[in-house]
Amino acid sequence: MALAQVLINGLLLGGIYACIGAGFSIVWGVVNIINILHGSFIVLGAYGAFFAHRYLGVHPFVAMLPLALAGWLLGALLQQYLIRHVMAAKVLVTLTLTFGLNLLLNNLMIYVFSADFRKVVLPNHDPLMMVGLALPMDRLLSMAAAAGVVLATHLLITRTMLGRSIVAVRMDPQAAALMGVNVDRVFAITFGLGTALALVAGAILSPIFPISPTAADAYLGKAFIVCVLGGLGSLPGVLAGGVLLGLVESLGAYFLGPDHSLTLSFVLLLAFLLLRPQGLMGKKGFE
Amino acid sequence: MNPRSIVFAMVLILLALAAAFGGNYWLRLASTAALYVALASSWNVIGGFTGYPSFATAAFFGLGAYTSAIAQVQGWPMVAGWALAGGVAAVGAFALGLALLRLKGHYFAVGSLVVAEVLREVMAAGGTFTGGGMGLNLPLLPISPIAQGRLFLGVFALLALASVVISWAILRSRFGVGLRCIEQNEAAASMLGVDTTLYKSAALAISALVAGLGGAVYANWINYIDPGDVFSVLLSVKPIVMALLGGVGTVTGPIIGAIGLVGLEELVTRNFLDLTGVFFGLAVVVLVLFLPNGISGLALFKRGGKP
Repeated sequence: MALAQVLINGLLLGGIYACIGAGFSIVWGVVNIINILHGSFIVLGAYGAFFAHRYLGVHPFVAMLPLALAGWLLGALLQQYLIRHVMAAKVLVTLTLTFGLNLLLNNLMIYVFSADFRKVVLPNHDPLMMVGLALPMDRLLSMAAAAGVVLATHLLITRTMLGRSIVAVRMDPQAAALMGVNVDRVFAITFGLGTALALVAGAILSPIFPISPTAADAYLGKAFIVCVLGGLGSLPGVLAGGVLLGLVESLGAYFLGPDHSLTLSFVLLLAFLLLRPQGLMGKKGFE
Repeated sequence: MNPRSIVFAMVLILLALAAAFGGNYWLRLASTAALYVALASSWNVIGGFTGYPSFATAAFFGLGAYTSAIAQVQGWPMVAGWALAGGVAAVGAFALGLALLRLKGHYFAVGSLVVAEVLREVMAAGGTFTGGGMGLNLPLLPISPIAQGRLFLGVFALLALASVVISWAILRSRFGVGLRCIEQNEAAASMLGVDTTLYKSAALAISALVAGLGGAVYANWINYIDPGDVFSVLLSVKPIVMALLGGVGTVTGPIIGAIGLVGLEELVTRNFLDLTGVFFGLAVVVLVLFLPNGISGLALFKRGGKP
């Protein structure tokens, strides 16, 4: 029975991890940039939800909408006016640029908000009890919201013209340009989408995890692992990667103790990088 | 006299002045600068010449620091600890490279970044042997602080010199031509008979040798190490920023970049302690956007139009 509980915890955690990885995966897969800012964006979203809840009494899940809009605007501007200029340069240069931006944003947040841990405190729900298993309500709700966001993004990508142009640019930017797609605009929109997803993920996890700029690196690490496990280029892959990571961390903490769960997930990451770089559901050629 | 030799001469004179007349402050600054030159120049072998964006400098630096510190706590003499550290870092990097260097681009960057995280966790969970999260204290040297400062400045300067000479020699050797070839087109290099796996792993091992020695000496210099300090991601990024600042893939670039970064860091830390990270980030952004080829890319440093 304890094992079943561990599996459930892992599944719930996995849904939230999928949401953390979604924006990162889209930006990496389409714009071909590893966005080191992603972790700090998640923290920024969490702060947005925190202050909206404290001063306006808005529930974090409601704050998701304005946060998504703000994130989209921020990301699109960032891509259009800064990152676009180094797109043609080597991996090293784009990585270093987003690293510098991350340092800037993260330290600014430490300066403005301080490194203290905060948390959105919602009225307590009793855990749902089913056949002797406890389902913590707050995690269940966050997991549902996360799954909803990932599904909505998946529909946006697969069912709309905008989504089609994003997929076209991902497959072949030159050919897409010849077909009349404004590639720079799609890059800006995609980066905006990735940023919006990061802020939304922050709002979703603000009632569960403590909020602090120092947590940004951990979120970035999770996003990396989720993407590599699931494979780039598909949102179902992100979901699979998130769930796998959630399960591995829960099981690892149960069998080996919580000290080693991080090491275990990194070892898993290295193994996937070397043996299956296209991930669980990724397609060959998107490596 | 060309600008390159002026740079070299100025560096040597400044180091000598710091050692002869400087107080502890200048000794510390000059030692940091020398360590940075060593790290940036050694990163350049894998990151610049070979073109593999390695974020593993912190991993080898920390591995060296821990190897030497553990050896000394177990009773080894200091210099033997350093030698062991360099060896462990180089051999570890070579073995790691055989696997990790099969990855390219973003995947290699992420993979190399993860190595330091794994090692940090391992050292933090290592109990009394590694000191765990508490870190390790190293034995103090039985000499006065100022003599100690001079001694370590000398060691760091030697390491920096060795690192620059190694990179200079590599660039002029058959090995260096092979690395350059891999940087430009790995498939073509392989077709032409370059053993790419061996070359890349050797480049990573040479880079790790210097980083590991740097970490080992650093541990004795500071007398205390902990996992968060010696495996810090900034240790991986700073050498890259320095190389970018000076000019990636050149011998002089990392030297200029390292000294530039030390100056910048000192200026910012003195005047805006709370905002150090903000200014460092801003400097990186401005650097990447406006000076993509580094200072060596400026007209002054070009000879006959060749960068």
